[in-house]
Amino acid sequence: MKPMPTSEPRFATDRPQLARRLQAILPAHCLLLDDEELRPYECDGLTAFRELPLAVCLPENETQVVAILRTCYQLGVPVVARGAGTGLSGGAMPHAQGVVLSLARFNKILRLDPLARLAVVQPGVRNLAVSEAAAPHGLYYAPDPSSQIACTLGGNVAENSGGVHCLKYGLTVHNILRLRLVSIEGEIFEIGSEAPDAPGYDLLALLIGSEGMLGVVTEVTVKLVPKPEQARVVMASFAAVGQAGDAVAAIIAAGIIPAGLEMMDKAATAAVEPFVKAGYDLEAAAILLCESDGTPGEVAEEIERVTAVLTAAGAREIRVSQSEGERLRFWAGRKAAFPAIGRISPDYYCMDGTIPRKRLAEMLEAIAGMEKKYGLRCANVFHAGDGNLHPLIMYDACQPGEWARAEAFGGEILELSVALGGSITGEHGVGIEKINQMCVQYKSPELQVFHAIKAAFDERGLLNPGKAVPSLHRCAEYGQMHVHHGELKFPELERF
Amino acid sequence: MRLDDLVSAIGAAYACGTPLRLRGAGSKDFYGGMLLGDVLEVGAYRGIVAYAPSELYITARCGTPLAEIEATLAEQGQMLAFEPPQFTGASLGGCVAAGLAGPRRQQAGAVRDFVLGVKLIDGTGQVLDFGGQVMKNVAGYDVSRLLAGSLGTLGLLAEVSLKVLPRPVAEATLLFAMEEGEAIARLNQWGARPLPISASFWSAGQLFLRLSGARAAVDAAQQKLGGELLAEAGDHWLAVREQQHAAFGTGPLWRLALPSGTPPLGLDGLLASEWGGGQRWYAGDQPGAVLRQAARQAGGHAVLYRAAESQRGLEGAFAPLPEPLLALHRRLKKSFDPRAILNPGRLYAEL
Ligand SMILES: Cc1cc2nc3c(=O)[nH]c(=O)nc-3n(C[C@H](O)[C@H](O)[C@H](O)COP(=O)(O)OP(=O)(O)OC[C@H]3O[C@@H](n4cnc5c(N)ncnc54)[C@H](O)[C@@H]3O)c2cc1C
Repeated sequence: MKPMPTSEPRFATDRPQLARRLQAILPAHCLLLDDEELRPYECDGLTAFRELPLAVCLPENETQVVAILRTCYQLGVPVVARGAGTGLSGGAMPHAQGVVLSLARFNKILRLDPLARLAVVQPGVRNLAVSEAAAPHGLYYAPDPSSQIACTLGGNVAENSGGVHCLKYGLTVHNILRLRLVSIEGEIFEIGSEAPDAPGYDLLALLIGSEGMLGVVTEVTVKLVPKPEQARVVMASFAAVGQAGDAVAAIIAAGIIPAGLEMMDKAATAAVEPFVKAGYDLEAAAILLCESDGTPGEVAEEIERVTAVLTAAGAREIRVSQSEGERLRFWAGRKAAFPAIGRISPDYYCMDGTIPRKRLAEMLEAIAGMEKKYGLRCANVFHAGDGNLHPLIMYDACQPGEWARAEAFGGEILELSVALGGSITGEHGVGIEKINQMCVQYKSPELQVFHAIKAAFDERGLLNPGKAVPSLHRCAEYGQMHVHHGELKFPELERF
Repeated sequence: MRLDDLVSAIGAAYACGTPLRLRGAGSKDFYGGMLLGDVLEVGAYRGIVAYAPSELYITARCGTPLAEIEATLAEQGQMLAFEPPQFTGASLGGCVAAGLAGPRRQQAGAVRDFVLGVKLIDGTGQVLDFGGQVMKNVAGYDVSRLLAGSLGTLGLLAEVSLKVLPRPVAEATLLFAMEEGEAIARLNQWGARPLPISASFWSAGQLFLRLSGARAAVDAAQQKLGGELLAEAGDHWLAVREQQHAAFGTGPLWRLALPSGTPPLGLDGLLASEWGGGQRWYAGDQPGAVLRQAARQAGGHAVLYRAAESQRGLEGAFAPLPEPLLALHRRLKKSFDPRAILNPGRLYAEL
């Protein structure tokens, strides 16, 4: 599927000239130009959108990154930075007239300072590799996306990724101290610092979550935190999803901020149980996983309080992990939820809306209605503690019309998220996927500010064009198409 | 006062190019660069708009006194975890615009870490909404957090939503006699262990350490760390948070923000240090250039925190930015406040 809209700026790259210029600055093993070699880069984790780039650059040092960006700037060629390509919103999907700048070879941990509790890493370092390197010092890097064995720090920074522990330990934005950034013009910026509150505007906050639109990150300084002495998980099952949702609110109202608080509905547990044998209650409408960490005494104290709240909320069954092995088994099902759905359905489409926790039951009821409306199944996993829902819509890309229905289904969930007081994306980013729903979340004055910020960093709009922030023109078109309120006239037709 | 009043005041100033000095309660008039422009008092635009304890957020208008917010949160056993100083009746807008956090900063995070959303009036008088009330939201650039600490130079924060947290169940304060170097070393070693340390304050050979969390965790840490248990430590931490502690004096004051493990700088005039060594206070009669240079060398920066306006104007309150970064600041400023009417010179003379 070609997602590029008609209303975004057009680029017309002279491919032979681009190749010559890149060959002049990069050794042969750092440059891919043949379609065959380019193919693996045509999409990220959102496989429904694909595009072949003109070239893939695999620089090995910052000097090369600067040279690539300067060249593209001079030639007016779009650049899409790429980490591991696990993104779920098409953020790293190439531009047909552009270059992919892969940071895969920026894979070194440059410094790990256990006393200062920080690590300076290159952007291509995998998320889990940081925690592994810190482990001998009793430290770890807190944000833990489920994709952490593969995804990179550069991608995490660009998406402001979260994980199952971010209610207590924060998102990427709370755990980054400093970035080194190369602008499209090839200028180097140091943003943030190892000391608190760097002078000037908080550009770190602006850059984290900016989806590769403002610059290319070449170095990341992350905070490391001490590993708690112990962690245990309470697993509770409920006969109704509404009860489970209320239990989440009750835990927080009781003054408890658990280390993790996750929910899975019946469709999700049914999919993962045969796969991981976690021992989930398959009769239950929903299960909750609630983790406590700290000293053994602290954990025991918190688990007692959590258990009391869950019992009062009407849990059918409550189990507490009795060993580290059991704790990991309880989590294994949650962590394997995406691949498990991948086993029972040829394709799935993962959504990422956030809603106020108290609207959860309402949202799940609406999704059940949408399953009938669009004739597709949906399993729900939920970072319940922070209101971030991941409905997994199952479809078959080979059945004509199914993807269009899945996309419309997803769009309706996102728009309902906004209507319920939430957001279209909690951690996966807008990318190309949710570009239309940005028109629902923001009005044109705010979108204009986003465009002005983009222009302050990248006046010619060469970094990741067409992503993250829709043009006002595009929103006008989408608004017109939307007059009939979700009831697309020709749902089988491609949108843009 | 209504939102429209503020919108028309800024709109009119934009039309005529009149510089405005945004002012909440004026509790931080001592802070930042120059105080230029016609004063626009915004303290009367006040009131809590929404508070949902189980959703962990509060939304209030800019003029709302922090004291009112804290009292409302306390009724539900919650708090602003970054412990902002209130000084003389600080308002929410000024708190977020100045971005000053208190003793819990190193453990809980900075002001910006708790900002969820804002309603902003930009330099043209336009009302803009960014972020929201949910914990996670990555749609669009994170403008709300960018505004924390921007000292009103990008727009008037008319309304802010903040994340709130439960108050810790238990708290204890330990007292140790030790010199600066040892205190810094110990604090950083302890920081690498899973201990519930929520604040530190060192001054004149004494280290105060606050533990917060579950009863069991606080008790266990107290056992491990030793020290002398200080009863009724609440007043001590309040004095630190409000900078009423004798160590802060009343004269001009420099604040050095450093990587926490930085060994003692060996400069005269050290008054106190906080945040595990990440924030150190110096008496204000130091030559600014010496402190700025020492902080920079250590990988940090120095702020002329409290001084006569004339001295702030002369030296600049904040460490100067390298040229490409300053140019970027100018471009951002221009996109929010094209006629540069909002708090000119309050952050940097060039903005
Ligand atoms: C099975 C699975 C589970 C997942 N679970 C989670 C989860 O729990 N939480 C979560 O938040 N996400 C999750 N994700 C999404 C994804 O893993 C994250 O968004 C991740 O941060 C992407 O990292 P990446 O290295 O793959 O980046 P990519 O996909 O390669 O790129 C993502 C974006 O970052 C930009 N980018 C990459 N590197 C740089 C750089 N150096 N400078 C500037 N821009 C750059 C790209 O242009 C693109 O816009 C999951 C994905 C999968 C497939």
